[in-house]
Amino acid sequence: MTSKTIIRFENVTKRFGKMVAVDKVDLSIEEGEFFALLGPSGCGKTTLLRMLAGFETPTEGRILIDGQDVSRIPPNRRPVNMVFQSYAVFPHMTVADNVAYGLVVDGVAKAERDRRVEEALSLVKLDGFGERKPDQMSGGQRQRVALARALVKRPRVLLLDEPLSALDAKLREAMRSELAQLQEKVGITFLMVTHDQDEALAMASRCAVMNRGLLQQVATPSDLYEYPNSRFVADFIGQVNLFDGKLTVDEPDHAVVTTTDLPTPVFLDHGVTGAHGTDLWVALRPEKIELHKRIEGQAAPVMEDAPAGHNVVAGIIRHIVYLGSESTYDVELEGGRHVRALRSNLTRRDQEDLTWDEPVWVAWHACSPAVLLS
Amino acid sequence: MSELRIRDRTPPGPLEYLRRWPLRLWLAAVAVFLYAPLITLMVFSFNNSKRNIVWRGFTLDYYVAAFQDSDLIAAFGNSLTIAFISTVVSVALGALTAMLLWRFRFPGKTLFEGALSLPIVVPEICMGVAMLVFFTQIMPWPTSLPWPLNLGAIIISHISFSFSFVAIVIRARLASFNRELEEAARDLGAGEWRIFRDVILPHMTPGLVAGGLLAFTLSLDDFVITFFTSGPDTTTFPVKVYSMVRFSVTPEVNAASTILIVITVALTFIALRLQGNDVARNAAGG
Repeated sequence: MTSKTIIRFENVTKRFGKMVAVDKVDLSIEEGEFFALLGPSGCGKTTLLRMLAGFETPTEGRILIDGQDVSRIPPNRRPVNMVFQSYAVFPHMTVADNVAYGLVVDGVAKAERDRRVEEALSLVKLDGFGERKPDQMSGGQRQRVALARALVKRPRVLLLDEPLSALDAKLREAMRSELAQLQEKVGITFLMVTHDQDEALAMASRCAVMNRGLLQQVATPSDLYEYPNSRFVADFIGQVNLFDGKLTVDEPDHAVVTTTDLPTPVFLDHGVTGAHGTDLWVALRPEKIELHKRIEGQAAPVMEDAPAGHNVVAGIIRHIVYLGSESTYDVELEGGRHVRALRSNLTRRDQEDLTWDEPVWVAWHACSPAVLLS
Repeated sequence: MSELRIRDRTPPGPLEYLRRWPLRLWLAAVAVFLYAPLITLMVFSFNNSKRNIVWRGFTLDYYVAAFQDSDLIAAFGNSLTIAFISTVVSVALGALTAMLLWRFRFPGKTLFEGALSLPIVVPEICMGVAMLVFFTQIMPWPTSLPWPLNLGAIIISHISFSFSFVAIVIRARLASFNRELEEAARDLGAGEWRIFRDVILPHMTPGLVAGGLLAFTLSLDDFVITFFTSGPDTTTFPVKVYSMVRFSVTPEVNAASTILIVITVALTFIALRLQGNDVARNAAGG
């Protein structure tokens, strides 16, 4: 895929009175991407989307679509279309009239219009629903109408505002893969806003995490999860155990962090760009923690990629949440700190293996922790 | 049938108020005091008796008399004309006012909204006297104008009290409008006028119809304010009925009143039907 920038936000700031909704955002989105803007509510992601659609004007900065500054162009003359959170299907029009609306406004001839409406309806699997009224359709079907109505205009970019938030859990799951397939099929760039990290990770090819109007990190879903660049991202995407510490050894091929939260130092299999004594945080995902039974009198296990006495801590299981396919363990470590560990129940007997108040060794590999400087 | 009998024997359930005597008594009282007079009025419009005190047999004579009474017909014509013009104007004004209050923020908006409901809360008699004073002292309305211009004073007073009802009804309707519909239309390429015509107006329509029918019935049966603003040549139907009653209550008065009741009920029924359909559709349509 040749990557060509389709949307550029250049130093975009939006203020509502004194409140800064979007703060100096620089972001490029490539043609054909499924891009997700992710963040907690009030982080400015929706404002950014609405500025691209034209419903808000940036206070500062420029927005470029295909290299053309659209900051002052009204929404009805931008080459983008939107699927609204409430779907905003016109209740007094039939499904076909809804889908045809944008074409009627553009003055597309009747024959061509009918052909394209039919095409769009079959794209979203609503063939034969043309004469229905929106009130005769389910929420999921109305969303498809909204999708067809936007796609029929062949926009350069399709904007989706919290597309799955109004659907029930089962349908949401199904719609995730369907939306991703649809995007692949039509080849249009999708830009989605969501507060649901699972949704973003499952569908997007690239995500931007926002917080308080600032862009925190722009990366692929797996990079976002495995290589977060800040405590906010590490904590917002998935679950994480965070330990604050200081850098004590920093060599090109390994580093050691001592932390007051853990009785043993953390050994890392890579260097850290920082000086001795730099304050930093170590992030450890629950599923990357191993639990081993601890028998009184036996020596602590040694991880093969770390020196003895590193990355292994004694603890006691305090709480177990059984979730069927996996279980989460709340482990109280020596020194009082609690960590969360996750284990897949690979065999039917796995969940009987470790039990409440059982002494365990908590261990992790040298490549597992992520080092965060902010 | 048997099911019904079984249910009658069981004691009334906790929410079956209709099967307990206090509510039944209440319903009976409502029927007696609200509907009995109306039904009596209608029944006695067919009474074959000039004095109309006891029942003397069925006749349609007084309906014929009512339709042949040229004064009554003229008054009825005046009433319909006034109601029609004041409805059209109040719906237009009311819709614009509702849009203004819905769409914009401006200094003194709260004051304006308060002032809007003034005609609803001010006693009608005060409105009537105020109109009388206004049209005699401030802006005398020439009574020599050709029909229907001579009805101007009445029409203006009717508009001034009914348009606020219309504005409030339409304002309430607009409150349920999903602003994303407007944005969706704009996003799909529509300009301001198209958005209004294709999206906002269809949503407003039930409000326009309800407001219009409300204005029409308000104007058609208004007595107090009209009484103060009408002259000898500009009698309306309610004012005419009042003057007829002052001489004697003949079945002709009953007949004329029955016709008015039928028209009002029919219009209300249509209004409710139109609104009901649309409310249901919109509720489902989200």
